[in-house]
Amino acid sequence: MSTIREGAAQVPAEKRPGVWTRTRRGRTALLYLLPSFILFGVFVFYPMFRTIYLSFFLTDQRGDAAVFVGLDNYRYLLESAAFLNSAKATILFVLYTVPAGVVIALFLALLANEKLKGIGFFRTVYSSTMGVSVAAASVVWLFMFHPSIGMFNRFLALFDIGQIQWLLDPDWALFSVAISTIWMNTGFSFLILLGGLQNIDEHLYESAKIDGAGYFYQLRRITLPMLSPTLFFIITISLINAFQSFGQIDILTKGGPAQSTNLIVYSIYREAFVNYQFGTASAQAVFLFLCILVVTILQFKFGERKVHYQ
Amino acid sequence: MTMSLPKKLIFYTLLTISAIVLFFPIVYAFLISFMTGPELMQGKFLPESFHLDNYIKVFDRLPLLNYLLNSFIVSAGVMLGQLAVCSLAAYAFVFIPFKGRDFVFFLFISTMMIPWEATMIPNFFIIQNLNWLNTYQGLTLPFFALAFGTFLLRQHFKTIPKELHEAAQVAGLGPFAFFRRVVLPVSKTSLVTLGAYGFLTTWNMYLWPLLVTTNDSVRTVQIGLKQLQSQEVATDWGVVMAGVIVVIIPTLLLLFLGQKQLQKGLTQGALK
Repeated sequence: MSTIREGAAQVPAEKRPGVWTRTRRGRTALLYLLPSFILFGVFVFYPMFRTIYLSFFLTDQRGDAAVFVGLDNYRYLLESAAFLNSAKATILFVLYTVPAGVVIALFLALLANEKLKGIGFFRTVYSSTMGVSVAAASVVWLFMFHPSIGMFNRFLALFDIGQIQWLLDPDWALFSVAISTIWMNTGFSFLILLGGLQNIDEHLYESAKIDGAGYFYQLRRITLPMLSPTLFFIITISLINAFQSFGQIDILTKGGPAQSTNLIVYSIYREAFVNYQFGTASAQAVFLFLCILVVTILQFKFGERKVHYQ
Repeated sequence: MTMSLPKKLIFYTLLTISAIVLFFPIVYAFLISFMTGPELMQGKFLPESFHLDNYIKVFDRLPLLNYLLNSFIVSAGVMLGQLAVCSLAAYAFVFIPFKGRDFVFFLFISTMMIPWEATMIPNFFIIQNLNWLNTYQGLTLPFFALAFGTFLLRQHFKTIPKELHEAAQVAGLGPFAFFRRVVLPVSKTSLVTLGAYGFLTTWNMYLWPLLVTTNDSVRTVQIGLKQLQSQEVATDWGVVMAGVIVVIIPTLLLLFLGQKQLQKGLTQGALK
C-alpha cells in the first residue's frame, strides 16, 4: 500500500515541480519586500483603517473606541461651524498658495534655465528655501510680520502707511501665512521645474531659432507644452503640501485669530491632542484623506499619458 | 546660442532682483542674529559688530547641542533605514519576476495617497503602546518604508543591463550577492540622491517629533526652535535668530553641495 501511495504522489511531482519550487521566485521576492510590507502594514495601512474605524466611535482618553455612534461624528462635523470654517480656510489657503507658488517657481526656473555665466549661483540661491525647515522659516517670518519692529511694517512706515496687523487681524492672517508658505515651497518647486526644463530636447529650440521664433513664442509653443508633465506633477505636490500645512500655523498663528487660520491638519491636531476627541478628529482625518485621494487620482488619470511610473 | 547684450542685461537684472527678494529672509535672519535688543528696537538693518554673544546665549538657554545631536541621529537613522528598505524593495521589482508584481506595485502606489497626517492618531498610539515615546526608534522607524524612494531607485536599477544579471547568475552569484556587490555599487548616484532627500526631509520634520517627544531627551532642533520662540517672544529676537541660523546651516550646506544631484534625481523619481 505504502509503495503505491508513494508512486502516486511522485507522478505529478515529476510532471510539475512542487508548490515549494514553483513559488521560489515569489518567496525570494517576498524576502526583499518584507521590510516594506511590514512597515507599510504597521504604520500606513493599519492606522488608516483604524482612523476610519475610530471615526464611527466616541473614544475614551486612551484613544480606544468606546461607544459606536455610526455617522454621528460626520453629521456633527458637517453641522459644526468650527469645522466648516476650517474647511473654508483650507480651501482658501490652497487657492492662495498653489497657483501663485507654481507661477513664481516657474518664473524662476525659466530664468535659471538660461545658459549664462554664474547661473549656478542663482540656481543655488533659488533652491535654498528647500534647506530651510518649516519651523525655522516660520520663526523668521514671525519676526518679519512683527507689528512694531517687523520688516514689513517698517517698510510701510517709510511711505507713511499705517501698520498692518499681519498675523493678528483675521482679515490678513491667512493671507500672511500663505505668503510665508509660498516662500517655503519655492525652493522645491523650482528644483523640480528646473529639472523638467533641462530634460527638454535642445534640438526643438534650434529649429525654432532658425525659423526666427522669439522668446515668448518658443515659451508658448515649445517650453510649456514639453514641460506640462512636470508642471502637472508640481501642481499636484503643491496641492497636497497645502492640504498638509501644519508647522507654519503652529508657530505663526496657532489657528487664530478668530479661527481664521485653523487649517484642517491643525484642526485635527487640536481636536485629538488638545481636546482628546479622537472620534471627531478621526472623522476630520478621513475628510483630509478623501481630499488627497481625489487629488492623487486626478494626477494619475490626467497625468497618466506622460507622467507614469511603469 | 549666444544672447544679445540687451537681452543678457534683462536676464541678469531679473535674476538678481529675484535672488535678492528670495534670499532676503535668510540674510535678514543672519543679520539679526548679531544684533542686541536696543539695536533691533532702533530698526537698524546692519548690526554694529559681528559679535557672537547671541550664539553663546542660545546654547546656554536651550540644550541646543543635544538637540542638534538628536536631529543628526534621527536624520541619519531615517536616511540609512530608507536606503536599506527601499533598495531591497526596488531590487525585487526589477530583478525578480514574481507573480503578483502588479498588485504589489499598486500597493506601493496606494501608500502615496494616504497622507501621513490622516494616520497620525493611531500611529501615535502605536508608538505609545510600544513604549516608544521619547525614543529614537519611535522617531525614525515609521519612515523607513517609502514608495517614492523605492520608485526612484527602481528607475535607476532598471538601467542596469540584463547581461550583467545573467553573467552574475552564470558566475554563481546568488541574488543577495548580486544586489550587494553589483547593483548597489553601480547605483551610487541615486542612493546619494535618496539619502540626501531623506536626511533633509527628516531634519526638517516638525509634527511627528512634536507628538512623540514629551521631554528633552530625544527632542529635535525643530521643536527646540518652537520652544525658543515661545520663551523669547518680545524680548531677545537676536538670540532666537541665532538659533534659526544654527538649525538651518547643516541643511543649507547639504543643499548647496548636492543641489545639482538632487534636482536630477528628484526629477527622475517623479517623472518617467
